[in-house]
Amino acid sequence: MKTYFIEFSYLLASILFVLGLRGLSHPDTARRGMHLAEFGMAAAVVGTLLQKEIISYEWIIAGLLLGSTIGLAMGVWVPMTAMPQRTALSHAFGALAASLVGVSEYYLHGANLGEFRMGAIGFEVLLGSLTTTGSLVAFAKLQGLLPGAPMIYKGQNVFNLCLLAVTIACFIFLLFVPGTAALFYLMLGLAFVFGILLVLPIGAADMPVVIALLNSYAGLASAATGFAISNNVLIIAGTLDGGSGFILSIVMCRAMNRSITNVLFGAFGSVQETVTASSSGHMRDVKSDDVAVQLAYARQVVFVPGYGMATAQAQHALRELANALETRGVTVKYAIHPVAGRMPGHMNVLLAEANVPYSQLYELDLINPEFPSTDVAVVVGANDVVNPDARDNPTSPIAGMPILEVDKAKSVVVLKRGRGRGFSGLENPLFFKQNCEMLYGDAKESITHLTQAVRDA
Amino acid sequence: MSSETVIATFYVFILAAFLGYQVISRVPPLLHTPLMSATNAISGISLVGSLVTAGAHQTTVSAILGFVAVVCSSTNVVGGFVITDRMLKMFKRKTAPTPAPKTNEKQAR
Repeated sequence: MKTYFIEFSYLLASILFVLGLRGLSHPDTARRGMHLAEFGMAAAVVGTLLQKEIISYEWIIAGLLLGSTIGLAMGVWVPMTAMPQRTALSHAFGALAASLVGVSEYYLHGANLGEFRMGAIGFEVLLGSLTTTGSLVAFAKLQGLLPGAPMIYKGQNVFNLCLLAVTIACFIFLLFVPGTAALFYLMLGLAFVFGILLVLPIGAADMPVVIALLNSYAGLASAATGFAISNNVLIIAGTLDGGSGFILSIVMCRAMNRSITNVLFGAFGSVQETVTASSSGHMRDVKSDDVAVQLAYARQVVFVPGYGMATAQAQHALRELANALETRGVTVKYAIHPVAGRMPGHMNVLLAEANVPYSQLYELDLINPEFPSTDVAVVVGANDVVNPDARDNPTSPIAGMPILEVDKAKSVVVLKRGRGRGFSGLENPLFFKQNCEMLYGDAKESITHLTQAVRDA
Repeated sequence: MSSETVIATFYVFILAAFLGYQVISRVPPLLHTPLMSATNAISGISLVGSLVTAGAHQTTVSAILGFVAVVCSSTNVVGGFVITDRMLKMFKRKTAPTPAPKTNEKQAR
């Protein structure tokens, strides 16, 4: 009887998770969907606590209390701009949990494991461990604890692939001789090291793909846990997470015109720093007051936010400027590139935080046809996603990447910290175009000035 | 483990993958960040496995491993759901009629 109740709670949880994710197909239904998912999680936990294997509750209560406190604190206090770091950190937590359950299973059953369970535990521990350390490195890069630039040394790919091969060899050997504990712990250690080495060579600008991919691995590690302890709700929820991460990483890859195999196997992401000497013409500086006049008398203005907006925390100031323009009758739109920022959907969340209604946020395909009829396109801390070389220059490292075609607007104003290059180290020909002007300085300050000047105009 | 169980398990896995693809490919890019934190919270379901490991108390080592796993996954569950809700609350079709004082308040924070 109890078994039926437990299995029912798991089935209920699985259904509610799917309904919850389906709710996310529209902002209006999203919150209700998440409440369903929360309820599902509660049901699964209650069901689990009734299992007969559980005989003592001290460790459980202590763990739940501690974990919930940390989770609640992070949930309430982490600022929206730190969302990429938080996400990376939570992938590390999730993966570590899966990995530890796997280690414990192996520790308890070791040599008695059948091939199937040994295989599941192997996957769980491999994916879990490499995701844990990989996510921690991603966290450190996003938080600025490690330099964001790719860390590359000679023979890196060969070395990493050899390490992976040794790790997998350990795994295969364990499938046939599950009792070799030393090999199991060697595999565990190697997977931790491999996770670090996998993410170190990737630049911070490529983090959207990496985060999505680590999301996928963390989910698959959970699913493997489900295989190992034959628990269907774990398999279902883990697979949903794994699939979601996988789909997101494909979306991100398409948005950068990179193949998924390129990302999955090896040489990923470190765009060669080809310093092109082709700086034709010069960049034109512009005064804040002149920009304000342009904006104030425009019919349509499109803002193009990038990671620079996030670092400058300029989203609220930008919203103020948009308010000032809208009261003058200017149409304001926001153009969102899929890989703008450091994680999928990063810009949308920041703008939503600043009270920008989502009906003003436009995706690539919808906004590009609008640029020719746009009076001023304002680029706020974005670079590569507006680089016309991706479209015009087939030899460019980012050739073929879909871009926001701001250069087709009647005039372009680029808000930029300084004269340096963008993250990929590429020259951006946009800055040298006739219709482009540069407004240097901290994005937040520049925008606040502009707002004042627009109000006075 | 009998071969029927193994096959049934793979059925569940494949069907979940298929269902996941159908559901998740309908999530608009607008909500990709909340999607990520939501799936993160949901995959905190590994809490179920961690609870058993921590509570079965077969050996001290497994109990400690389980305890750490419970801490990690419950952090994800609670943190993930709280933050997802916080994000989703912000997405509005139209702005509130009096945005000015609100934005100031937020900036001050």
